[in-house]
Amino acid sequence: MTEPVPARLVADHLRLAYDDRDVVEDLSVAIPTGRFTVIVGPNACGKSTLLRALARLLTPRHGTVLLDGEEIRRIPTRTVAQRLGILPQQPIAPDGITVEDLVSRGRHPHQRWFRQWSADDEDAVAAALAATSTTDLADRSVDELSGGQRQRVWIAMAIAQGTDILLLDEPTTFLDLTHQIDVLDLLTDLNRERGRTVVCVLHDLNLACRYAHHLVAMRTGHIVAEGDPATVVTEDLVREVFGLDARVVPDPISGTPLIVPIGRHHTAGGAPVGAGGPDVGVDPTP
Amino acid sequence: MSVLALRVGPVSTRVPARALVVSIVAAVLVAVGIAWSISVGVFPIPFTDVVGELTGLRRSADSTFIIRRLRLPRALTAALVGGAFGMSGQVFQRMVRNPLASPDILGVSAGAAVGAVAWIVLRDGSGPTVTFVALAGSILTVLAIYLLALKKGMSSYRLVLIGIGVTAMLNAVVAYLLTRAELFDAQRATIWLTGSVNNRGWSHVRPLAAALAVLVPVTLVNARPLRALELGDDTARGLGVPGRSPLVLAVSAAALAAVATAAAGPVGFVALVSPQIARRLVGPGPAALVPAGLVGAAIVVYADTLSRLVFSPIELPVGVVTAAVGAPYLLWLLVRSNRIGSGG
Amino acid sequence: MPNTAAPEEPGEVHPERPPRALARGGWSRAAGLLGLVVVAVGVAALSIAIGTRSIAPSDVLDALVRFDPLNDDHLIVRDLRVPRTILAFAVGGALGLAGGVMQGVTRNPLADPGLLGVNAGAALAVVVGIIAFDVTGVSGQVWFAFVGAAVAGVLVYSIGAMGRGGATPVKLAIAGAAMAALMGSITSALLLLDSATLDQYRFWAVGSVANRDLDVFGPALPFLALGAGLALASSRSLNGLALGEDVARSLGQRVGWSRAVAAASVVLLCGGATASAGPIWFVGLTVPHVARALTGPDHRWLLPYSMVLGAVLLTGADVIGRVIARPGELEVGVATAFLGAPVFIAFVRRRRIAEL
Repeated sequence: MTEPVPARLVADHLRLAYDDRDVVEDLSVAIPTGRFTVIVGPNACGKSTLLRALARLLTPRHGTVLLDGEEIRRIPTRTVAQRLGILPQQPIAPDGITVEDLVSRGRHPHQRWFRQWSADDEDAVAAALAATSTTDLADRSVDELSGGQRQRVWIAMAIAQGTDILLLDEPTTFLDLTHQIDVLDLLTDLNRERGRTVVCVLHDLNLACRYAHHLVAMRTGHIVAEGDPATVVTEDLVREVFGLDARVVPDPISGTPLIVPIGRHHTAGGAPVGAGGPDVGVDPTP
Repeated sequence: MSVLALRVGPVSTRVPARALVVSIVAAVLVAVGIAWSISVGVFPIPFTDVVGELTGLRRSADSTFIIRRLRLPRALTAALVGGAFGMSGQVFQRMVRNPLASPDILGVSAGAAVGAVAWIVLRDGSGPTVTFVALAGSILTVLAIYLLALKKGMSSYRLVLIGIGVTAMLNAVVAYLLTRAELFDAQRATIWLTGSVNNRGWSHVRPLAAALAVLVPVTLVNARPLRALELGDDTARGLGVPGRSPLVLAVSAAALAAVATAAAGPVGFVALVSPQIARRLVGPGPAALVPAGLVGAAIVVYADTLSRLVFSPIELPVGVVTAAVGAPYLLWLLVRSNRIGSGG
Repeated sequence: MPNTAAPEEPGEVHPERPPRALARGGWSRAAGLLGLVVVAVGVAALSIAIGTRSIAPSDVLDALVRFDPLNDDHLIVRDLRVPRTILAFAVGGALGLAGGVMQGVTRNPLADPGLLGVNAGAALAVVVGIIAFDVTGVSGQVWFAFVGAAVAGVLVYSIGAMGRGGATPVKLAIAGAAMAALMGSITSALLLLDSATLDQYRFWAVGSVANRDLDVFGPALPFLALGAGLALASSRSLNGLALGEDVARSLGQRVGWSRAVAAASVVLLCGGATASAGPIWFVGLTVPHVARALTGPDHRWLLPYSMVLGAVLLTGADVIGRVIARPGELEVGVATAFLGAPVFIAFVRRRRIAEL
């Protein structure tokens, strides 16, 4: 996929910091519209920080974020909320509320004090529940749900918000593998069916390669590489970004790059270390 | 959860069925409570006479004066004060996401207390001037706390902490004033401090009603973001809640509490317990501002009646009774329920 | 319980990185504590040396070392100032410590020791003592205050512990607020019904360490010491509770027991402090916040820091109270709030608030 795709969400020479600590210096990125973008990188590389800046939750010290060509800071936040939704890490739900109640709160940017629950709102919530297969959970209390179900419900809320762009900060952390796949498949549906632009921060590099159209690899506040995972993810990249020695092979199911770490107890050739005999071709991991 | 959707053209609203029922029942209770409050006293008036008088169907010269001049304004003050405290408390508990939150945090009671006590002790004040000074004290205190908390934007957490600091300071001033006062003044000040609707007449009701007529709609209109704010600041921002929004809401909720405190003193426990009660009755989803207000009104009205009955003919300040009644009820709720909502 | 902190500059979530504290690492924290203790000793010295009556430092020293019972100045130093200093130290330390424990157990940064209804219980008991038993002297009131505090604490804890989950932070908080309001209302009712009682009570209610000789303090001391011991011993379990019940249990902690012990320590500390000096509000609430910014959330450091900071705050406020209002005195309850609050506010403005 090499044809240029216009970008609605663009970061331009961003400098992001907390207190006196710079996290990101001079970063520019264009999020391709209608594609599934995943941001990866080791802990503390600034990926969540970047996502929050893109979602206007964090004001850059320098540089700007542009949404549809305008500085996102200058657009009224309600208008932004109608175009761009964010699901933060570990979101909070008040005790005891029902699924339907939570999903309905996603309609907030479309409501006004005199238009609190229009037919559109009702339809959007029903559609969101259907899209996430949570319709039969509608009257259940959110705290009673399992981790996977809860995450789907939060995504339903984001869907109900009805935005073209959806940002998710580590939506699969703390989920078991089945539910991780479940969530990522759901996001893929959203991307394909409506052409929604999806941007995720993921910590699992293999899942990122499998699902992303566009991968952004970061390290210490800089983008090391970005593009189609098949082109971009190489053993050198993995070593540079994560400091990890690995082999990269094609995933037998999806064909996308599959990163197979080597670790201290194996060699690149496959023989286990320490079983007797000299070490063969093992680079010590830093 | 059954929800009634009401739509007329472009205007639509969503009313959770339970909240509606609770509100109606509470409103009826308040009305009955007011009538009962009027019928009770050193000079008892039959309930039917009260109803007759209020609805204009039947008048009797004997009781008209007592009803219209003395007891009705008092009961109305109680209801309005309770309503304001209930609604204000609900807003604060939702905004701060803490069941201990109440407008006291913003220094409303403490500011009013300093004003009132200082006026009583230092200037021998009484009556409406005390109300006025108390209101001024509240407003100045809230402003001061807000300005102190302002620093490159507002953090509700910082606001709360600073509010607590300032409140502690002002409470110390009040304690100090009480030790330096003449005993008689200390007594009057203590009565004010516990919250009382004794001797509240139309000169109290009119300004209070006028203020509420403005503040209640403003609060309700601006309360929409509460349901988004409950989801955490980031999510709320993502849903388009502008940073400014809590400010207008906080101001109008603080103003509600300030006006109520000025009128009747810090009947503070009402602001803490009405939202909790409303929440258990209505469920955790809706913001339930109106139910909380009505519950508060009911509490204060009935408490006032009890305050005149219990040690008759001595009248206890209503603040004593609201706490004595509200607290055990809250404890009972606590003991009964298996799963306590943590207040949003 | 929902996250009560509004992160104004939130960062990536790093489970393994604790919130930034000014003093990280065992050495710097130990050094800090030592520094605080030095400051505390300095404040204690000031407290003995300064008062409404000017006494030269050399005379003060003489009074301590070569006591002359016929010398008025020496009497003042030894019989008034020294006990007062000791009392202020102990009460301040107890309140600071109790505040740290309370906030740890309830996991609510708005919690203060009065939350368990302790102050309200003590006040009610004192009023009952004055009205029903005509107890007007401080030494008698101590016992009432103490019993009232203990009864209130036990009641609140029992109620909070009923039902599923035991004494969770929220239930404790609500139970405490409710009981405090209930007791407060009864107290107010009694005060208003009898003006002589009000007259007595208002001087107790302002919080003072003046004119309390060690006879008063003596009975309270063992309880304070026991409470302090329990509190400091609870440091580890409080750290565990901070991780949440489930994690704490899985680490082998007995959650119900930890909470009960912590609550008991609060009751002992606050009961003893309130009994000795009257209700003093500000210290228990705010000192732990300052301590937390210095040490981070580890209770093994947080509690000792809170204790020393509380002692410094109260004693310092008492000293200033004696100086500012010469020839009279500003009671410590007033001084603490009035002087501590601006410092606290400045502090809150400066730092990113370390959430619990």
